[in-house]
Amino acid sequence: MGKPIPIRPAGASVPGEPPHPPRLAPASALGGGGPRRRTLSADAVFRGVTLAAGAMVLVVIVAIAIFLGYQAVPALGRNSANFFTYQDWFPDSAPPAFGIAATGFGTVYTAVIALALAVPVSLGIALYLSHYAPRQVATALGFLIDLLAAVPSVVFGLWGRDCLYTPVRELSAWLNHYVGWFPPFHGDGPYGRSFLLGGVLLAIMILPIITSLSREVFRQSPKANEEAALALGATKWEMIRTAVLPYARPGIIAAVMLGLGRALGETIALAMTLGNTNILGFDLVTNGGTTIAANIANKFGEAGDTGRGALIASGLFLFGITLVVNVIARAVIFRRRELTETAV
Amino acid sequence: MSVTAARTRRRARIPRCTHPQGCARTRRSAPEPALRGRRLPGWALLAIAVAALGLAAAVVYPAGIGNWVLVTVIAAILYLTGVFAAAWSVEGPRSARNRTWSALIHSAFVLAVLPLASVTWTLVAKGSRRLDHDFFFTSMRNIGARDANGGAYHAIVGTLEQTGIATLITVPLGICAAIYVVEYGRGPLAGTIRFFVGVMTGIPSIVAGLFVLSFWVLVISPKLNGGRPGYSGFAAALALTVLMLPTVVRSTEEMLRLVPASLREGAYALGVPKWKTVLRIVLPTALPGIVTGVMLALARAAGETAPVLLVAGGGASINVNPFQDNQNSLALLTFQQAGDASRYAPARAWSAALTLVALVLILTIAAKLVAGRSPLAR
Repeated sequence: MGKPIPIRPAGASVPGEPPHPPRLAPASALGGGGPRRRTLSADAVFRGVTLAAGAMVLVVIVAIAIFLGYQAVPALGRNSANFFTYQDWFPDSAPPAFGIAATGFGTVYTAVIALALAVPVSLGIALYLSHYAPRQVATALGFLIDLLAAVPSVVFGLWGRDCLYTPVRELSAWLNHYVGWFPPFHGDGPYGRSFLLGGVLLAIMILPIITSLSREVFRQSPKANEEAALALGATKWEMIRTAVLPYARPGIIAAVMLGLGRALGETIALAMTLGNTNILGFDLVTNGGTTIAANIANKFGEAGDTGRGALIASGLFLFGITLVVNVIARAVIFRRRELTETAV
Repeated sequence: MSVTAARTRRRARIPRCTHPQGCARTRRSAPEPALRGRRLPGWALLAIAVAALGLAAAVVYPAGIGNWVLVTVIAAILYLTGVFAAAWSVEGPRSARNRTWSALIHSAFVLAVLPLASVTWTLVAKGSRRLDHDFFFTSMRNIGARDANGGAYHAIVGTLEQTGIATLITVPLGICAAIYVVEYGRGPLAGTIRFFVGVMTGIPSIVAGLFVLSFWVLVISPKLNGGRPGYSGFAAALALTVLMLPTVVRSTEEMLRLVPASLREGAYALGVPKWKTVLRIVLPTALPGIVTGVMLALARAAGETAPVLLVAGGGASINVNPFQDNQNSLALLTFQQAGDASRYAPARAWSAALTLVALVLILTIAAKLVAGRSPLAR
């Protein structure tokens, strides 16, 4: 369908011939039939313009890497610590010392918590919407999920800080009291602004993305296979397991990777809910923790020259990670052409 | 796949028919051969639910180890186990698995609705408190920690201007890029562009902000206004453009692909050159879908905080000139007020958030309505 049409446009046929009579009624209604030489060049110009616009996408991606690197290199040169293994962030002290060990760890840790919480739930919702709910309910709820995806992250951050904070603090104290032997719950407070809060909030935020993509994939699974499974007497779950899930597996992987990309890059909501200290450890419940993106948002206001360069350097690192994750996700999607049109 | 299904079915089918207990019981209760196996009655599920809840409460409250949340969690686990056991003994293992998974899937849905309902409720309850005249028609200029008034006029102006400029830049660029990919693109370049449009969708907003910071604010704009880094609304618009572009390209591309080839062929047959076919035939046909995509991208861009925080500065006064001096936005105002120590700040933050969500939702719903009117709607 997307293939170019084999019929050649009028301007491209035999050159030097007089143009078609322009008053062939429908053609003029469609705005056709100008002098041939001009249309030829107009076509080339138009093609060039669109090509330039298309190439902008590639230019922007390359430019991001170049300009971030250009601003980051001076700061990295002044850094007295190892950028990858140092865990604190003192870029404007003398000598400057900063590293992404703690922030990078926090980025991955919150994303993993969020995925662990969000993936099962969103696959459940997606299956509910595609195979369990009545049609009207599914349409309404699908619309609702899309709306949830449109809620800005600053609103989630505000909600997390004002509404989710107290339950999570109580849950943390409870977990520490009863399951404290398990290392992630071992911390002895104060509780609340912790990786747990950030992870739960992030899970709620990436839920709609994973849900809407996997719902589309589930919905596209071949009806014939589903009906065949049911006709053979399979229960609903057996039908889903044998006819839907195997078909949807690459789509689910892609959805999860896209959710991961979103989770890694989430900024404001985490800047508002995490404790904003550079800790490197699996403690889920104690205040503290930050991510690369949240660190940039929180430290940018007070950053001096080196500080800004240091933040840009960490941003470049984040860009690299998300690029890799997204390339993998897109490569999975790209191999399944029918998924590309529904990708978020 | 259907072969697998059939095999599973065949393997599992045999036990049910020759199930010694089931068949024996069926035969005893009904003399004629039963067409359907025994089924768990509806009241049994209810009974299991009540029993699970009672048992959970009986365990949790006397022991004093938690509140109603723990009771609910334990009751849910007990209910799932109970349903599984009951269905296993009455209907057999396959049905037990079916019922348990079905319950799990339904509960996943309930679990997702909770935060959504909470966000909506809090937003409306807390956000409507400060939706007064002051909020819409004054700025935060000269508003101290003890002042209860103060508003979002400057932020609303900023949001509208920044997203407006971003749209003006993105729409022609995005539509042209999509036209290239769909109408002209052949070979590896078009494929590469398509692929990286997808990748670009995933660029974190903070990286887009840092990009414009290090490209426009720190490098280009100092050359234009005498060495001062130009934090401005226009810089924020540039950052939003980076975020909107892939969304617009992608949705436009999909819409162009939906335009029937016969329309193009008809135009070519009438002697219309290709560029005119694209501009006069293909684009108008796809227009409602393209508008939808632009509006969705716009809605997402309006809610972005991080890029505006980095490159627009975010002042407290009204600044209608997007090309000079700091500008605020609704999202950024929400963030700033949330971090403000004043006791009046949270109310302002929630009202700004509610205004922002209202704007975003209006755009989203309008986009869906436009999509519904498209001649290409599936």
